[in-house]
Amino acid sequence: MKTKEVGRPLDRVDGCLKVTGQARYTAEIPVGQVAYGVLVRSTIAKGRIVAYDTKAAEQAPGVLAVITHENAPKRHPTKEFDPSDKEPSASPTTLLVLNTDEVSWHGQPVAVVVAETLDQAEHAAALVRVSYAEAEPARLSLVAEKPRAFVPEKVLNEKPEVKQGNAEEALAAAPFKIDYTYTTPPYSHNAIEAHNTLAYWEGEDQLIVYDSTQYIFGVRKMLSEMFALSEENVRVVSAFVGGAFGSKGRAWPHVGLTAMAAKVVGRPVKVDLPRKDMFYMVGPRTPSEQRVALGADAEGRLQAVIHTGTTASSTSNTFAEHFSFVTRHLYASANILIQQKLVRLDMVPNTFMRAPGEGIGTFALESAMDELAYALRLDPIELRLRNEPGKDPTMHVPFSSRHLKECFAQGAEKFGWNQRNPEPRSQREGPWLIGQGVASAFYPANKRSAEVKVHISIDDTVVLQSATHEMGTGTATVQAQNAADQLGLPVGKVRFEYGDSLLPKANGSFGSTTTITVGGAVELACEDLKRQLLRLAVKHPSSPLHEASYDDLEARDNGLFYKDHPTQGETYAAILAREGKDSLEAQASFPAFLKEKLEEMAYSFHSFGAQFCEVRVHEDTGEVLVSRWVGVYDCGTILNEKTARSQFLGSVTMGIGMALWEETKWDLRDGRIPNSSLSEYHVPVAVGLPRIEVHALSIPDPHTPLGAHGAGEIAVTGAAAAIANAVYHATGKRIRNLPITPDKLL
Amino acid sequence: MSFSIEQILRGDLPRGGQSPPAAADPGLLPVSLRINGHDYHLQLESRVSLLDALREFIGLTGTKKGCNQGACGACTVLVDGERVNSCLTFAVMHEGQEITTIEGLGQPDNLHPLQAAFIEHDGFQCGYCTPGQICSALAMLKEVAQGDASLATSDLTKAEVDLTDEEIRERMSGNICRCGAYLGIVDSIRDVYEQQKGQ
Repeated sequence: MKTKEVGRPLDRVDGCLKVTGQARYTAEIPVGQVAYGVLVRSTIAKGRIVAYDTKAAEQAPGVLAVITHENAPKRHPTKEFDPSDKEPSASPTTLLVLNTDEVSWHGQPVAVVVAETLDQAEHAAALVRVSYAEAEPARLSLVAEKPRAFVPEKVLNEKPEVKQGNAEEALAAAPFKIDYTYTTPPYSHNAIEAHNTLAYWEGEDQLIVYDSTQYIFGVRKMLSEMFALSEENVRVVSAFVGGAFGSKGRAWPHVGLTAMAAKVVGRPVKVDLPRKDMFYMVGPRTPSEQRVALGADAEGRLQAVIHTGTTASSTSNTFAEHFSFVTRHLYASANILIQQKLVRLDMVPNTFMRAPGEGIGTFALESAMDELAYALRLDPIELRLRNEPGKDPTMHVPFSSRHLKECFAQGAEKFGWNQRNPEPRSQREGPWLIGQGVASAFYPANKRSAEVKVHISIDDTVVLQSATHEMGTGTATVQAQNAADQLGLPVGKVRFEYGDSLLPKANGSFGSTTTITVGGAVELACEDLKRQLLRLAVKHPSSPLHEASYDDLEARDNGLFYKDHPTQGETYAAILAREGKDSLEAQASFPAFLKEKLEEMAYSFHSFGAQFCEVRVHEDTGEVLVSRWVGVYDCGTILNEKTARSQFLGSVTMGIGMALWEETKWDLRDGRIPNSSLSEYHVPVAVGLPRIEVHALSIPDPHTPLGAHGAGEIAVTGAAAAIANAVYHATGKRIRNLPITPDKLL
Repeated sequence: MSFSIEQILRGDLPRGGQSPPAAADPGLLPVSLRINGHDYHLQLESRVSLLDALREFIGLTGTKKGCNQGACGACTVLVDGERVNSCLTFAVMHEGQEITTIEGLGQPDNLHPLQAAFIEHDGFQCGYCTPGQICSALAMLKEVAQGDASLATSDLTKAEVDLTDEEIRERMSGNICRCGAYLGIVDSIRDVYEQQKGQ
């Protein structure tokens, strides 16, 4: 029998270490002789540092160094992360903090204190006094800056504007239309493991950095630029990562400062960012203000689709979050107008957060679709089905795989959508108003690049190596399953080594790209290994494979066997033994072939889903509870039922937080973040969540490795809109400004 | 000290922890802690939290730091069987008490039923909040067994707690899982609760 590991709900391969506390995260690597670094935050948003008083800090017990811009070793400027670079740096900003007197956001690091113990460093950091010259008033409000908003050169790698037909004219002429503005606030990722860095130098030019990152090679690139080292002289290790959610895709200022501090004190330095620093020194998701205008004919066919709006970046970065991408691909219309604008604020550089772009874009678009459905007196699912495009509406190529209709059909049945009375405010239980809402989910299924090395030993143990990341996504588990199937071995024989820049190169783990990228590389490396093994076998007349060609064979039972002769073949051990070899290895890069690169342009690669939810809104207090959730997702073959399900559940949970509770507050006078703690920034907890139900169609995409797509972000998208739509259904109140807090419903 | 990625991924690392200071420091207090049945004799400043004593001085890093202000529960340990946020209490206050951390519950080849259930139900993703969740769940089941009420308890006159999902969720809401594995956590705890009831 051919083994089949892919798809099975295999327990996580790192599960035992995690539940026993044996998994060592960054701050827990026992390198020895560690000194502790604590960063001092600026207390103004814009201006210059005039003077420091560091005397008390320097004299405090245990202090090894107080580093300010006046005594900091010079580092070199680094390029900001640029997705059009072949190998982008992980730097979130061009500002070299502590090598400048410039302050460009409240909470920017302005000094580093290093001491023998953590308590000593924290105490001494509190003794550092900094005086500032404040410049002109800081620019902190997206709304106030809108007159100065500009159209950026590009949005990720896409054009900031799309114009098809004449959407404004078509909107004016449409018999049914809606035209509203939706806003989303800044959000903070808040992985429970803080951003931690532990760095030390060996000699003058060897830098070893343990860092909680989801982008090892980007960190390596940034550090090599910053310290003028060759990339090979920087080792970055990120083995166990305690949640990432996008923010660990960038190396925030503490990463370079930790390496610098280690150089200054001549021993390992560890910086474990306090939770408050996570709000001030790690960029949030941008606030956004989005206009969506939709015009339709009497049958609900979209005559005009307009999605424009503004997001913010900082004065030292340029990332324009791509909220408009969803509208470029989801619904058919002859007249589409898309435009993104950007303002520059004196805030910490913004960054990617789980389902960047589509997370906030679907809130606006999918709320607007619901509003249009009410204007048309049409079922909101029916409205979406009537606007299913034959091919991608702006790329004008077919979808590689698109089963949104099936998602709605399955979801509607499981949820009982057809029993719903569409009238708002039509269901009540005591003080609770009840409503049901629906929205489409949408997220790209992109690929990046990865190299994988596969090594087989004569005892059939297989080691896979690739410098990818495991932040709880399940990569380590599913790629072991993948390799087991490729080689026809039990999964227990496969060990996956990842998380170290000494391993073959892989791209950052973000954008739901890792599964297919690393999966494709595993496939190619295993194929190369099997071909090598076959070449060894065919040389020998005594081998049952002497006359075989690769396509006649399949990998199973720890060897290569004829597809049509179940017993005829040879085990890997036998092939290796005959050659007197203990092991064999192969390495491959993905994408390898022109075919894959051409396919990338010939199809529109996206994942889809249908989000159904029920809410209860307390009429007197405005409290919103999500009481039911059914999500059905179309993201290709599911590689592991258990880990994929957790990705969906976690995504919906984050979507519920985004809709109802989360908001990083900015004090518009001085850039302070008054809710910079987990007691005041409310992330979802166990109570207040329903028994979320998630399903996957698991229909293979014929144009991706394993037929798979990434599964870590699709279920965030559409979640906030489904909730807002359910709240409207329950109360008759349309909330267009997230989060949907009680005050907005009273 | 350099480690290979193989060592790190296997969890095959020395315990670590900070070495005691070379010179006698008048600010240091001798502190003896009994953790997972072992005695640890330390020299600590009185301001060192139990969490930092575990992680930074003793090298028991299974207990996690999440927020350092009692809001996330990642640092939950058991002190004389009760759950405690170890970031909110000083190490010196716990002499003579029995401290249990995740390392004291079970080993990879001999898991505690809660640890096994968390794996089975995928009650985690990144695993960082997991030790705190498991320690918290263990104490919570004891609270339920002794009939302690919670905000979700509808009938306060009953001696026995009816452990609904709502009860588990309420009682576990001091432990944040940002990956959002709450359903798996609830199911893991229910599973162990049913096992215990069946015995």
